Amino acid sequence: MAMTEAVSTPAGTPKAAPKAVRAPARWQDFVQLMKPRVMSLVVFTALTGMVCAGQPVNPVLGAIAILCIAVGAGASAALNMWYDADIDAKMRRTRGRPVPAGRVQGADALALGVVLSMFSVMLMGMALNWLAAGLLAFTIFFYAVVYTVWLKRSTAQNIVIGGLAGALPPVIGWAAASGTAPLNAWLLCAIIFMWTPPHFWALSLYTSEDYKKAGVPMMPVVAGPASTRRQILVYSLLFTPLCLVPAFTGLGGAGYLAVAGLGGLVFLLLAVRLFRSQAGDASRQRNDDGLYDVRAGAKDARNLFAFSILYLTLLFATLLVEHLMGAAPLTLASWKLLS
Amino acid sequence: MSDPARETEVEAKARRGRNIALALGLVIFVVLVFVVTIVRLGASVAK
Repeated sequence: MAMTEAVSTPAGTPKAAPKAVRAPARWQDFVQLMKPRVMSLVVFTALTGMVCAGQPVNPVLGAIAILCIAVGAGASAALNMWYDADIDAKMRRTRGRPVPAGRVQGADALALGVVLSMFSVMLMGMALNWLAAGLLAFTIFFYAVVYTVWLKRSTAQNIVIGGLAGALPPVIGWAAASGTAPLNAWLLCAIIFMWTPPHFWALSLYTSEDYKKAGVPMMPVVAGPASTRRQILVYSLLFTPLCLVPAFTGLGGAGYLAVAGLGGLVFLLLAVRLFRSQAGDASRQRNDDGLYDVRAGAKDARNLFAFSILYLTLLFATLLVEHLMGAAPLTLASWKLLS
Repeated sequence: MSDPARETEVEAKARRGRNIALALGLVIFVVLVFVVTIVRLGASVAK
């Protein structure tokens, strides 16, 4: 723990419990512990992986697999909120969460996370297969332990390496449907993995004060805004060509190629504009109250952050639609026929 | 854990809500295990 002191105890309550329990916990607070918005993204990418596998799946078992992945994601989020309660209390973006706000006790968040982890992995193994269950267990472990406990507070590469947890759901979905995890599944994983740094660093460029206050070594805090903008550009140069690859491996069709190509160009344009901007520099001088009160210098960061979400959604939605409609993928072989 | 004899109406309402959510969660899990068993058993019998 390079940037902050150790923060948790084995007993289940964060070391620096930010506030005493004030209001009684409602069931909605426990739902909030599971980060439902993040869960919906995980479900979407996992569903895409499952459909892209191209294997007939019993619809009931398919729905159960998606439920297990959603609950597994919720479980890891609850474990994250238990462990990070101390730093969540210091950041405007997160201080209203159930544990730092005192609505849910840390031990309860921990219990919810552990129980849901076990239920989701067991049910996935029983309903689908143990490869999918193993991948789900690994994802929960990676997010809750490797990212939350270790990486987040110790290195500026936290979201780069930790991004693997968010990138694995399509592989889990694919494995649930087919019992295998071929290269195309890992290609979807690689796309999300490479998308994560530009996405989160763009956000952190205009929320770095929050991270600094909490002692979280996000890239703008450790390396400065200029270095962060340069690294965003480098990752964008690697990410956008990677998005084209599924069109040549039989995974995506012509529609996917068009979306990936055009969207990639916009993504690169926004990354270049961000690189040339002063984004992040202004946050050192300002004293605003609104979390997303973006000043002129950080507008380019917000634009890239917003478009990154749209771009990834479009990529996966196109793959999903193409596979559901049975559109013929534009493989290398078909390229040769066309040329 | 609050003492049920001393809890306020708000606390009692919150506790009831949590208990119902917990019960629903357990019932859903039992139903899911049952459904999985039937579906997988059915598939094995069909083979």
